[in-house]
Amino acid sequence: MSSCHGGAPRTNLLPNPAIPLPRAAHDHPIIVAIVGPPNSGKSTLFNRLTGLRQKVANFPGVTVEHRMGKAKLKDEQEVFLVDLPGVYSLHPRAEDEQVTHDVLKGERPDFPKPDAVILILDSTNLGRNLVLAAPILSLGMPTLILLNMADDLALRGGKVDVAALSAELNSPVALVSATKGTGIDRVQQFLLATAAKLSTVALPRVELPVLQDVPKCRQWAAKLGVRASYKAPSPPLWTRRLDTVFLHPIAGPVIFAAVVIAVFQSIFSWAQPAMEGLKQAVAASGHWMTSVLPDTPFRSLLIDGVWSGVGAVVVFLPQILLLFLFIGILEDSGYLARAALIADRTMAKFGLQGKSFIPLLSSYACAVPAVMATRVIENKRDRIATIMIAPLMTCSARLPVYTLLIAAFVPNIPILRGVLYLPAATMLSLYVLGFLAALFTARMLKSTILKSQRSSFVLEMPPYRWPTLRSLALRLIDRAKIFLTRAGTVILLVAISIWVLAHLPLQHGKTPPLEHSYAGMVGKGVEPAIKPLGFNWKIGIGLITSLAAREVIVGTLGTIYGIEGDEPSEGLQKAVRKDLSPAGAVALLIFFAFAMQCFSTIAIVKRETGGWKWPIFQFSYMLALAYSGSWIAYRLASHFLT
Amino acid sequence: MPPTVVHTLAELPMGQRCILDHLELPEDIARRLMELGFLPGNEVIPARRAPGGGPRIFRVDGSEVALRHETAARVFIRRDPESDLVVLP
Repeated sequence: MSSCHGGAPRTNLLPNPAIPLPRAAHDHPIIVAIVGPPNSGKSTLFNRLTGLRQKVANFPGVTVEHRMGKAKLKDEQEVFLVDLPGVYSLHPRAEDEQVTHDVLKGERPDFPKPDAVILILDSTNLGRNLVLAAPILSLGMPTLILLNMADDLALRGGKVDVAALSAELNSPVALVSATKGTGIDRVQQFLLATAAKLSTVALPRVELPVLQDVPKCRQWAAKLGVRASYKAPSPPLWTRRLDTVFLHPIAGPVIFAAVVIAVFQSIFSWAQPAMEGLKQAVAASGHWMTSVLPDTPFRSLLIDGVWSGVGAVVVFLPQILLLFLFIGILEDSGYLARAALIADRTMAKFGLQGKSFIPLLSSYACAVPAVMATRVIENKRDRIATIMIAPLMTCSARLPVYTLLIAAFVPNIPILRGVLYLPAATMLSLYVLGFLAALFTARMLKSTILKSQRSSFVLEMPPYRWPTLRSLALRLIDRAKIFLTRAGTVILLVAISIWVLAHLPLQHGKTPPLEHSYAGMVGKGVEPAIKPLGFNWKIGIGLITSLAAREVIVGTLGTIYGIEGDEPSEGLQKAVRKDLSPAGAVALLIFFAFAMQCFSTIAIVKRETGGWKWPIFQFSYMLALAYSGSWIAYRLASHFLT
Repeated sequence: MPPTVVHTLAELPMGQRCILDHLELPEDIARRLMELGFLPGNEVIPARRAPGGGPRIFRVDGSEVALRHETAARVFIRRDPESDLVVLP
């Protein structure tokens, strides 16, 4: 740590802890906005201050994501924090910057003006980061300036005189490390002061640039840097060394491919024990309930409907969390930006650019955040093209379906001298298939209706960082919540409806055989349309319910076979094998690879593209692709798999 | 080595330091580049190339930014008077 760091600046802003804080603040909640450039550690700070008391939301009317959370202060006081989108300036040009600008100015009717601002900057590149301080301080709000990554700065021999900077800016300034938590007590003090309405505003001593264009602000920042005796740290040697390897002409692409393969292989081998455990727990608890409860229709609903329906989906939680864990590690470590760079040349061939790679990679987890992540693409047509192809990438909701069918039909034999096993290889080829379909679609769109000039690709390469356990854990908890909420709402509802439809109409006061139930009738109704693909009416029921969300088919089949199975312990895999030929299984896999069965994605595409035109086009296109693809697959597979 | 006349960032050899002169790009991209440090008078060094000949990474104002060839070709430079090849780690 540098010796000049110390002496809490502007202590007059701090409330005296001996004086009880006034409670006047309760008429309206205190809101503090966290602002900063991308990669300055905003979210890390936000997570540290709010922990699990946060939720993701969108600003109404626009698609800019923000997080709201409560920070608990020592005195049982609560302050609301809002994590605004990362911006380099407040020039209202992009949607993100417009939102940040409007929120800070109190110009959004749906969002109250924040009471104070925490401006978080990367201390290892203070000259450029301070540029944002000019427009923020011009707002005339109480502002705490945090110089983040203090540990990195010290380690690499950089220095800054915090007291001098604070005096020049007339605002409190603190060196912190959001990942390690050092200096965070200073933030607590600021929040307490804000809650007590003791934070004050004063204009910086270094006169703010009148015309706030980038060159003027940069000059202002440079002047500040000199007055605060800022010594830039030595270059990040480890980042450069790692880049020599990760961006090596040969090793780079090889590592890239190895990372992708390793992720997929481990999803299947590592998640297996946990999934087996969950599966057995679901089955065992089902048995237990069967033995305890009296034999009534209610027991059947509970066990055959709810338990096997929801249970069949919940067992996939470990696998989905593992996938999100890997994506989180890639993102937090900084490797994702390198991957985008490596991908740019290939993406350019398909009319896209490297930045499309980031949303496309997230759509391996889920298309919904991916569609929102397309906001990084400035070119409108590139953005729409990326949105159109994102749902073709293999999202985690397909995993339950793929896993079920692969486990039921693909034998576990080693191939390529034991490097891969056939199930993993099948899974990998489904991922490749989705990816190729996406590229093909992009190429087609970009040379026809979305034709545009080659767009630019401007991407900052962040230094490599160790992902923190904390941030990864928070992500996973977030995901688990979303997944379980879905299992507890959509899938639960479908499971109950299917159970009801499968038990009615009563025949002579008894439940009919599945074939003559309402569900069976619907299945029989669509059978002519899906017969050419090798699917029977039971799969048809599953396909219809999967329009809500892909993984629902697993729950539906769980419910159907739960009702039908004479032997309650009969596994879903075994049951599916009875109803589907191997060729039909291939066709079903292809259908799920291409079809857009997801209400959430349709809704988000509608919102992001501002109308029904694109989501309708997308849905029809993907359905046509799915139908023709699985028809061809069924023909071919029937020929070879007999 | 005889000095060759270099006009844009795209022509600049790896590791050669230069001073940025002006940008001839659409306003929004120019602004983004300026926010990332591509300001007239700043020093720029091409540091790395993506594998397979994709965009190049430039060192500018304390960070590293990747640009495609066609964007770099619209960034005009002047030679640093004391310019020498910088040895990259």
